[in-house]
Amino acid sequence: MEIQENNQLLRFTTAGSVDDGKSTLIGRLLYDSKSIFEDQIEAVKTSSEKKGFDYVDLSLLTDGLRSEREQGITIDVAYRYFATPKRKFIIADTPGHVQYTRNMVTGASTANLAIILIDARKGLLEQTHRHTFIASLLKIPHVVVCVNKMDLVDYDQKTYDKIVEEYKQFASKLEVKDVHFVPISALKGDNVVERSKNMPWHEGPTLLYLLENVHIASDFNHIDCRFPVQMVIRPHTHEHRDFRGYAGRIEGGIFKPGDEVKVLPSGFTSKIKDIQLNGKPIPEAFSPMSVTMTLEDEIDVSRGDMLVRPNNVPEVEQDLDVMICWMNQRPLSSRAKVILKHTTKECQAMVKEIKYKVNVNTLHREEETDQIQMNDIARVSIRTAQPLFYDAYRKNRQTGSVILIDAYSNETVAAGMII
Amino acid sequence: MGQYYLSHLKELESEAIYVIREVVSQFERPALLFSGGKDSILLAHLAKKAFYPAKIPFPLIHIDTGHNFPETLAFRDALINELGVNLVVGSVQKSIDQGRVREETGVNASRNALQTVTLLDTLEELKIDAAMGGARRDEEKARAKERFFSHRDEFGQWDPKNQRPELWSLFNGKKQMGEHFRIFPISNWTEMDVWQYIKEEGISLPSLYFAHERDCVVRDGVILANSDYISLKPDEEIKKMLVRYRTCGDMPITGAVESDAKDLDKIIEEVATTRTTERGTRADDKRGETAMEDRKKSGYF
Repeated sequence: MEIQENNQLLRFTTAGSVDDGKSTLIGRLLYDSKSIFEDQIEAVKTSSEKKGFDYVDLSLLTDGLRSEREQGITIDVAYRYFATPKRKFIIADTPGHVQYTRNMVTGASTANLAIILIDARKGLLEQTHRHTFIASLLKIPHVVVCVNKMDLVDYDQKTYDKIVEEYKQFASKLEVKDVHFVPISALKGDNVVERSKNMPWHEGPTLLYLLENVHIASDFNHIDCRFPVQMVIRPHTHEHRDFRGYAGRIEGGIFKPGDEVKVLPSGFTSKIKDIQLNGKPIPEAFSPMSVTMTLEDEIDVSRGDMLVRPNNVPEVEQDLDVMICWMNQRPLSSRAKVILKHTTKECQAMVKEIKYKVNVNTLHREEETDQIQMNDIARVSIRTAQPLFYDAYRKNRQTGSVILIDAYSNETVAAGMII
Repeated sequence: MGQYYLSHLKELESEAIYVIREVVSQFERPALLFSGGKDSILLAHLAKKAFYPAKIPFPLIHIDTGHNFPETLAFRDALINELGVNLVVGSVQKSIDQGRVREETGVNASRNALQTVTLLDTLEELKIDAAMGGARRDEEKARAKERFFSHRDEFGQWDPKNQRPELWSLFNGKKQMGEHFRIFPISNWTEMDVWQYIKEEGISLPSLYFAHERDCVVRDGVILANSDYISLKPDEEIKKMLVRYRTCGDMPITGAVESDAKDLDKIIEEVATTRTTERGTRADDKRGETAMEDRKKSGYF
């Protein structure tokens, strides 16, 4: 294997249920990219034999917890890693059942790309709608639709074309920007890593080629400068007596020394003196770099504040409209008090009104609802105790996202995307 | 420049630094669990970067089984000195002397499981509310489901089926009195990433990781170093072998690999072509299919 030190990282999610071949596809990607070790294969072979299977069940590679292995299901998000000479990949492998919407949302929140599997024999199903809706809700920048099990429909182009057409029609109602289609057989390996000899009519690339080449450099917002301050660094040593650095991660735009910046919420302006990490100067800082910044003037800045450019400020509001995915056993009811986390800021908040619930299968709005259950997706309005500095989620996934925490149990009860 | 994207190593570095800074901001008494292995050395290095020019604002905790490689201890002390941080040592021998735990017996006896008690006692004594560790999700299948911020109840237990969802990079470190968190800033790194980063950054490591000659005994296919902590079976014999270590645990349970990789380039080449997992040389993981999950639930690293 060729070793590269400068390749990019692509995070993708796969949603699917037991029978649509998701585990086989992941197994295929890991196996063909030589990311499965001999002792792992040995362990899976032994387990398969113990269960009385006459084949090697690759799904055992991804099912990690005792209860999952016993029940043959995936409960939680599992993370898998593989690399090719071109890129490093992180797979968030999530189960695709309705009751696991919350896991799909979790996996999707950090993904650049979503793989959606469709069984060629069955065409578009309810779960295809659900997976696509979640990809669009979480604004995953790229979607690859794999029409799987092509071997079971005799590699028929018409079947494939029909599914592609149907999917395009459906997706046009949603916000999915960059969609690709690949006819595959995960079991036989057609068009996963190697080009299929059985489908000469397919002119597009293989799945792996797409994963290796899809343009991800623009997935981050490099236009609107946003720097939420994580902490203030003050060494209090003789050598760095006056040092006062603001540590954090760039969540949007490009910052350079000399740039004028405005501090929110105080509104004071200053200039960036320098940007560094570990004492090494950084000429241009952009998302997702963790850096330490110093300013020309001594002004009051602390955790939860945000540095922006004076001519490009985010929304500053206490009333927000948010799409939420509810993640807790206890239902949400109207006027519930919660703790809200947004960038490095945290404050009290109240869910003032539940506007409607989305049926994730039909995408219909259900307006008459006053309770939100686990795995529900709903539009709510929230009032925060302090103003938030935010962008719409569609503009910036970092400064547009929140989580809600139950003040008594401390559990994370909802994921929210600001509209 | 003009190229506005990061290499995968820089992106992983940035993610880890973000997590470490989040820990210091959200918790009152964090600490870094330091084993002397390459992953915890890497973590200490990332912590230094996160707070420079200030010093690392938390102590390093080493759970000393008394069965360490002498190289590990020498390296640890030199690193502590260089970073100017506090070191706290929790001693398994002390836990044994106090009757908190009982030593295992038999030829395969190890102090690996005993560490959990010493670890939890040490965390409680220092009132640590966030213990950072160098565990990675690619190491083992139970770890593949671990969160960056992993909640532990008042008994230090992990409840894998009831974990908090973790979205974007909004980490929820809220807890009741007496509970604590385990935090894994390098969750997303693979063994290869660690080695490539160590090379790129010029991080020094204990000599154990590089090929050297050593007196060894081969037991059940695992190459173990001969030491005072190992009792030989009658048919076993000691031989000189050229070996190196892929992980650094206790002397009696950490297996070496035969290797002539004397520098980082050679090691990276070896990691790229090797066909067994890193922990494949760890006897402690071979105690059953869910050995790691079971130990983690009770509070292991």
